Amino acid sequence: MGKTIQEIEENALGDLAKASGLAEVEALSTRYLGRKGELTTFLRNISKMDIDERPAAGKNANLLKVKLDGAFKAAMDRLSDADGDGAFIDVTLPGRPVTRGTLHPVTQVTQEISDVFLRLGFDIVEGPEVETEYYNFEALNIPKYHPARDMQDTFYVSDSILLRTHTSPNQPRVMERVEPPVRMIAPGKVYRCDSDLTHTPMFHQVEGLMVDKNISFGDLKGTLTTFIHEIFDADTSLRFRPSFFPFTEPSAEVDIRCVMCKGKGCRICSKTGWLEVLGAGMVHPAVFENVGYDTDVYTGFAFGMGIERIAMLKYGIDDLRKFFENDMRFLGQF
Amino acid sequence: MKVSLSWLNEYASINSDPEEMAAKLTMAGLEVEAYNSRFDYLDKVVVARVEAVVRHPKADRLNCCRVNVGEEVLSIVCGAPNVKEGMLVPCARIGAVLPGDFKIKKGKLRGEVSEGMLCSASELKLDADTSGLMPLDSSLVPGTPLVEALNLSDTVFEIDLTPNRPDCLSMIGVAREAAVFQDPPVELNLPGTVMPFERAAVSINDLAKVDIQNPELCPRYCASLLVDVTVGPSPFWLQQRLESVGLTPINNVVDVTNYVMMETGQPLHAFDYDLLSQNRIVVKTAGTGTEFTTLDGKAHRLESDMLMICDGEKPVAIAGVMGGENSEISEGTTRVLIESAYFNPVSVRKTAKRTGIGTDASHRFERGVDPAATRQVLERATVIMADLSGASIAEGIIDEHPMPCTAVEIRLNTDHLNRRLGTDLGSDKIKTLLESVAFGVARESENFLKVSVPSFRVDVTRPEDLSEEVARLWGYNNIQTSFPAVSPSRTSLSPILAFRQTVRECMTGFGFSEAVNYSFTSADSCDRLNLEVNDPRRSVETLLNPISEDMSVMRSSLLFGLLETMKRNNAQQVDTLKLFEVGNAFIATQKGVQPNEREKLSGLWTGSRVSPSWHAKAEGCDFFDLKGVIEGLLGHFGVTDAVFARASKEDHPYFKQGVAASIAVGGNFLGVLGQVDATVLKNFGLKQDAFVFELDMAALLASAPEAVVAAPLPKFPAISRDITLVVDRDVVSGDIMAEVASFVKKEKLVEDAFLFDVYEGEPLAEGKRSISLRIIYRSWEKTLKEKKVKGLHDRISKTLIEGFGAGLPS
Repeated sequence: MGKTIQEIEENALGDLAKASGLAEVEALSTRYLGRKGELTTFLRNISKMDIDERPAAGKNANLLKVKLDGAFKAAMDRLSDADGDGAFIDVTLPGRPVTRGTLHPVTQVTQEISDVFLRLGFDIVEGPEVETEYYNFEALNIPKYHPARDMQDTFYVSDSILLRTHTSPNQPRVMERVEPPVRMIAPGKVYRCDSDLTHTPMFHQVEGLMVDKNISFGDLKGTLTTFIHEIFDADTSLRFRPSFFPFTEPSAEVDIRCVMCKGKGCRICSKTGWLEVLGAGMVHPAVFENVGYDTDVYTGFAFGMGIERIAMLKYGIDDLRKFFENDMRFLGQF
Repeated sequence: MKVSLSWLNEYASINSDPEEMAAKLTMAGLEVEAYNSRFDYLDKVVVARVEAVVRHPKADRLNCCRVNVGEEVLSIVCGAPNVKEGMLVPCARIGAVLPGDFKIKKGKLRGEVSEGMLCSASELKLDADTSGLMPLDSSLVPGTPLVEALNLSDTVFEIDLTPNRPDCLSMIGVAREAAVFQDPPVELNLPGTVMPFERAAVSINDLAKVDIQNPELCPRYCASLLVDVTVGPSPFWLQQRLESVGLTPINNVVDVTNYVMMETGQPLHAFDYDLLSQNRIVVKTAGTGTEFTTLDGKAHRLESDMLMICDGEKPVAIAGVMGGENSEISEGTTRVLIESAYFNPVSVRKTAKRTGIGTDASHRFERGVDPAATRQVLERATVIMADLSGASIAEGIIDEHPMPCTAVEIRLNTDHLNRRLGTDLGSDKIKTLLESVAFGVARESENFLKVSVPSFRVDVTRPEDLSEEVARLWGYNNIQTSFPAVSPSRTSLSPILAFRQTVRECMTGFGFSEAVNYSFTSADSCDRLNLEVNDPRRSVETLLNPISEDMSVMRSSLLFGLLETMKRNNAQQVDTLKLFEVGNAFIATQKGVQPNEREKLSGLWTGSRVSPSWHAKAEGCDFFDLKGVIEGLLGHFGVTDAVFARASKEDHPYFKQGVAASIAVGGNFLGVLGQVDATVLKNFGLKQDAFVFELDMAALLASAPEAVVAAPLPKFPAISRDITLVVDRDVVSGDIMAEVASFVKKEKLVEDAFLFDVYEGEPLAEGKRSISLRIIYRSWEKTLKEKKVKGLHDRISKTLIEGFGAGLPS
């Protein structure tokens, strides 16, 4: 007759108390609980016992199995944690570096703006940066020798070819191609012959255009309000004030409550509490006439904004020129 | 444009404070950029009485004065010749800052204490008089701030006026807007011409003649004549008015023309009548090549279509732009002919642009002056000038009016207006709003108004223009916000936009940061990049009016900008750079035609392969680092058949010999990559190795398969076999791999092959290297047996050995 349950328990726990290494515990586990282990053998032999001893023996043996199993596991966990042999690493050391590249802030803001207008059902289009005088000016109701040309200092490459001064040439280009309804935005580079603290000869704009039956100035206000709330805070207040663009009538400048001082007046907003962020208006009938749209049937609104301007406000960038110096210490922040 | 509040108050009682006023003008469409109190700098200048004057003990020309400034008596050293006891003068107290950043401090003048400064009018910028102290009225009380004593309070608004509102290039125009936007609106008091004046016994019609030869360029010309003129300085009030809006007083004749121009917006010109040959004014275009000297002493060569004001012999003024030296008002002038005219805006603008002269007059004529006010303004100026110069006015006025202007009338559909604005304004409301800014409105029917446009509103010609008037008078911010009813439609990014976005994301994922450089570059950039004479990138588009030499042509490659960026960063001790840029390169085609704009993806890697860390020693990046990036990018788009070929120095002279490759997919050229040549580095002022690439975005997009089709996964294990070939050094691995690839294609059991080792040196013979490949064999039907593979592997090995003159390693 083999050992009793009590003997097995005493031996096992006694051996475990003496065991000092992981390997020893593993060996004990095998010795008692393995396929040919003492407890396993005991369990297997229960069928040979007297019939009335069997239930108690089976129950006790199974309880012990659970108990020993737990004890061995606990001991193994304890020993493997404490196993000093190369298992210790200085987890505070830096990991193997993975370089992270960054998107230029102008790209990031352009994508944000695009995402808002895509959700509003606008398409994205693009046009040439080197433009004809016709699309940059004439088609937009800015004839030669019109004083409005003074509003934009233009780079020319020949008499009639120039670097576009705004993204607005995309308006007539798109309208010549498609019939209403039109809903589009056109981001891109624009150029003006101007270079000082607050002007760079190249910058980025996004143009927007919506044409359909019954589009009103109120719709323009609603669309731009939604846009501003998505790009800045949902509680940013806006104001629309009269302005002049030859290709819109009425024309408006859109100001937002200064994001820096919340309207109290600071250096950024020149103490006015307002920041000019958008130019907009109802498409001038002369522009529709130039592209062959029926001015009795269709109305539309257009708007444009400077991307750097928005990026400066979003990220608190104080110098426009930083965008094009590409100093890694600047780019790496975005 | 500068606008003085005290001047505005002559025409409308403005009761808002400056801040409110600025906000109201801005909301009216006249954007106030800044406003300031004009006499802020006088805040420490007070009225003072000179109590005692004693000669300075050590200086003959100086006096030591006791000066009463109200609450105390100061000692002040004064050098003015007219100082005398009992006179009242301005005194700048310690702490005052006078024009020219002149700070008044307590000090000693040759040993004597001085606690302030007694001032002349010119030192206070109140007059040009420098002869001595500015005498003040004896009724003033010492200690009174000078601003208060002389009633100098004034706010000046700086308005950024849009080009459509020439009517507001005048005090009356701004006053009209200010009056309407007051709450409640106030009346406008326009100045009249009724003033006592003396008529001379002569008539202008006997003394002068006006002949307009180009009526389309000069539809109206009016002239008046003053005799017995005494030219002298203008009175203080007039000088103040001009100074307040930024003009410099000259004399009582010229100042009046400027004053009335600022008041009404109509430019005027004064000629010395006695310098007009044959006493005639002839308005005609210039003869080609004539030289003409303007008032500012500059000579201009006239062109045939420039409109000139001539006398009987010669030009005396560039019409609407600037007068001539030859008929200028001088101290000796006794008879003055005043011109008030309407000139064609385009003609004036062309002439001003071509002569390079921009004046207050041309600025107004270009934008359009009130065509109906020509005569009335002249009358006002004539009367004021006569009053101030002690002159008499010759009987009559010459008013040549060959092309009378017609009043603009607009039929306004109020339903259309409401629909355009998204408003619901009744006809009566619209009528009231328009009438408030001088439009004449008559009701035609339920929703039609007949609107006559005031002659000074040259910007209003069609119903849409009236919608803006109504909107701004009603208030943009009172228009209800609405949302356009949008019909559902499919919007999606165009393929190139979506592709560009993915390219950017890949590049940042590979650790590259995005740069945006100017599209301009220096004209010598192609030289600096060593480009061949016939390289297409030499066809640059040149700007006619560049900002600087460095930015005088459009870039034909993005590499210029990246190399410049590298230089700027290296100068800031940033030595490791991984940069990319996506943007257009411009290749000129022919004159008068837009250039080709090709979108490029370019990149630059310089410095370390990995960021410095304790894990590995710093190692410089190399060709294969950059090639790996391009392969990764191509791989992302599913391009598996890109061919990298050794790029020749001839085609790509900016790369280091032998360390450059061209990239093609299916025979289509994608771009190049390589190490920048040492001479190019030098040309760009760079001191460390750099690796660059430039790919064509459209070609890259075209090379990418359109859709991914998922392949089934194999069920049976593979067997791999290696082979090492010893070949001559100039056998390129790409050729060997291409040969192996042909087996992958044609042999069903050959699944894949890749290169895993390249070795040069001992024990290999000089000029040899070994290339080791692993070939993967697999069957789709069953587990392969070694025997079956051996035959095939031997056959492939044999083909490679024979094909490339290879040996096996000994």
